[in-house]
Amino acid sequence: MNILVCIKQVPDSNKVEVDPVTGVLKRNGVESKMNPYDLYAIETALRIKEEKGGTVSVISMGPGQAEAIIREAFAMGVDHGALISDRKFGGADVLATSYTISQGIKMMGEFDLILCGKQTTDGDTAQVGPEIAEWLNIPSLSNVSKIAEINDSDLVVEMDMTHDIEIAKIQFPCLLAVDKDIVMPRLPSYVKKQETKNREVRVISLADLEDKNEKNYGLNGSPTQVQRIFPPEVNDHREIWNGTSAEISNQLYKKLNELKFA
Amino acid sequence: VEYVEEAVEAIDKSLWNGIAVYVDHIDGQIHPVTYELIGKAKELAAKINHPVYAVIMGSNITGQCRELCHYAVDKVFVYDYPQLDRFKIEPYTKVFEDFVQKIKPTAILMGATPVGRQLAPRLAARLRTGLTADCTILDINEDTDLIQIRPAFGGNIMAQIVTPNHRPQMATVRYKVMDAPKRNEEESGEIVPCEISEEKLSSNVVVIDIIEKEKEQFIEAAEVLVVAGRGIKKEEDLQMVQELADLLGGQLACTRPLMEAGWIDAKRQVGLSGRTVRPKLIITVGVSGSVQFTAGMNNSEHIIAINKDENASIFKTAHYGLIGDLYEIVPNLIHQLKQGKEISA
Ligand SMILES: Cc1cc2nc3c(=O)[nH]c(=O)nc-3n(C[C@H](O)[C@H](O)[C@H](O)COP(=O)(O)OP(=O)(O)OC[C@H]3O[C@@H](n4cnc5c(N)ncnc54)[C@H](O)[C@@H]3O)c2cc1C
Ligand SMILES: Cc1cc2nc3c(=O)[nH]c(=O)nc-3n(C[C@H](O)[C@H](O)[C@H](O)COP(=O)(O)OP(=O)(O)OC[C@H]3O[C@@H](n4cnc5c(N)ncnc54)[C@H](O)[C@@H]3O)c2cc1C
Repeated sequence: MNILVCIKQVPDSNKVEVDPVTGVLKRNGVESKMNPYDLYAIETALRIKEEKGGTVSVISMGPGQAEAIIREAFAMGVDHGALISDRKFGGADVLATSYTISQGIKMMGEFDLILCGKQTTDGDTAQVGPEIAEWLNIPSLSNVSKIAEINDSDLVVEMDMTHDIEIAKIQFPCLLAVDKDIVMPRLPSYVKKQETKNREVRVISLADLEDKNEKNYGLNGSPTQVQRIFPPEVNDHREIWNGTSAEISNQLYKKLNELKFA
Repeated sequence: VEYVEEAVEAIDKSLWNGIAVYVDHIDGQIHPVTYELIGKAKELAAKINHPVYAVIMGSNITGQCRELCHYAVDKVFVYDYPQLDRFKIEPYTKVFEDFVQKIKPTAILMGATPVGRQLAPRLAARLRTGLTADCTILDINEDTDLIQIRPAFGGNIMAQIVTPNHRPQMATVRYKVMDAPKRNEEESGEIVPCEISEEKLSSNVVVIDIIEKEKEQFIEAAEVLVVAGRGIKKEEDLQMVQELADLLGGQLACTRPLMEAGWIDAKRQVGLSGRTVRPKLIITVGVSGSVQFTAGMNNSEHIIAINKDENASIFKTAHYGLIGDLYEIVPNLIHQLKQGKEISA
């Protein structure tokens, strides 16, 4: 079975700067790491491989420095990795990102199963997975909390739908967005890191893709536009209560009565 | 980043009319986020003089559609087929696509539920249009451009997003972010049965079984929440916080460190990586008020915070900030609440 995992590099911290002109985030100089939710997708892939054989590949779209997370994936046991990287891909929204990734996937070969994380910690839309599946015209499921059965032509999975657990069978090829905690991700191994030090990370640029029309990528291929970015509002109704604990709890009791909660 | 220097062909926005709301339901039980979105859609539609539509797909749901007529939508479009009994991504996308092609709504609002969060992006990619996730504020320009505001980066920034040259414009909104309108006694609007060819309803996903999760109480549904933070020193001390929650008819919730410590179930964690809650009353006890936490609760109606550190950032979010020791204030309050109950009993 050939499995592909989509992984993204995200800023290590949530304190980010924004280019006020283009509304695009300045990623230079910010420490980065692998999107933590993608570790669960990698672990899921590695366990399926351990059971059924085959290969696990990763793909990431991002700047050159995103190679670091592909190396990290190698150190976890991933076999192959590719980085989709081109200045022309910059400023992509979900539609353009998912399209670019789907184009890159086609360059990497055929996969039975594509795995994504639940969401990222930066853009945080959880939309990229289902959109990749649409571009590739394969079925997809999100909220996957368990892989129950791995068969020759399909998978049986459990999905956490808030109020109930749904059990579904999905035909290969397909895409799954796995939940956090589906399986505990392993740590990268030092030995594997050394072993894979010289392993090639394939770089895929616009010129390598089937569709070379620049209008379909980056800002040009993005229907959504970030118009402005601003800090969240702070609530201005504020009342601070000082005093002895007895005074404060009396006051609170009165307030709760007044608000009809007590 | 490079732009292609070429005039983009402008679309004719006047061809797209109406604001559509996806009716999220399981077996005909309509998710309340649907009504909240209808309320918002009506407000937006009034500004541009457009109709409000509801679109529902499922099996044996025509009966349930009447309920939507109590919320003054102009039309309810119904796709009622046995194959649509449960959410399956392929047929649901096809049905939705059919609706969009026939009706051409300028905007589509969907709840950010487990279903909405996968159906919306699939549809957006199919329609080659933009989708803004988890909007907290929605407004509309005269030219029908939807102004979509959403938090990103752990709630550290808000982004205003538009989809100026594509239709329909799509947005998801979490439950309890918008206000539900009042239910009208009388029905209004028209129910429009819709047809789609059966071959479009095939699926590579088969739902084998649905297991009800153990009856657990969802903090999202609670009107009153008492949140325990790291100011709680020992696991046993949670009993005190639970007691306070019980006395107020509410539920216990927590910040992430307490979930991580294994003291409280993950489903009770409030915040960015937990649940978004919007209760009528929320009392935080020993919570510092990180942005990741407040992003999940700052829409609550009444926020009361107990913290001994007068500089705690929770006091920026709280309507009533109580500076003091929770180990004194909470037991006192419990005592008073118990006495109050005795007096009224
Ligand atoms: C403030 C802000 C708000 C934004 N809001 C929106 C919005 O509402 N709508 C919109 O269309 N765009 C939006 N964007 C742009 C969006 O963040 C980017 O398009 C981003 O590249 C993809 O979305 P995500 O980070 O939300 O990924 P998610 O959809 O949350 O990621 C889900 C999974 O997809 C895979 N994945 C995601 N990105 C990559 C990648 N680059 N390489 C490989 N795998 C990947 C991973 O497996 C990941 O776990 C916003 C950007 C900013 C800065
Ligand atoms: C990507 C990401 C996502 C996250 N998501 C979440 C999330 O969803 N939810 C969440 O909660 N956190 C989340 N966090 C963690 C968050 O940043 C904070 O670390 C966390 O909210 C702090 O929890 P706390 O307020 O309970 O603890 P602390 O920050 O340790 O605060 C404890 C407070 O208790 C007060 N206190 C101590 N003793 C007493 C006493 N006797 N009486 C009164 N007050 C007392 C202290 O003054 C202090 O302010 C996330 C972080 C990241 C990076």
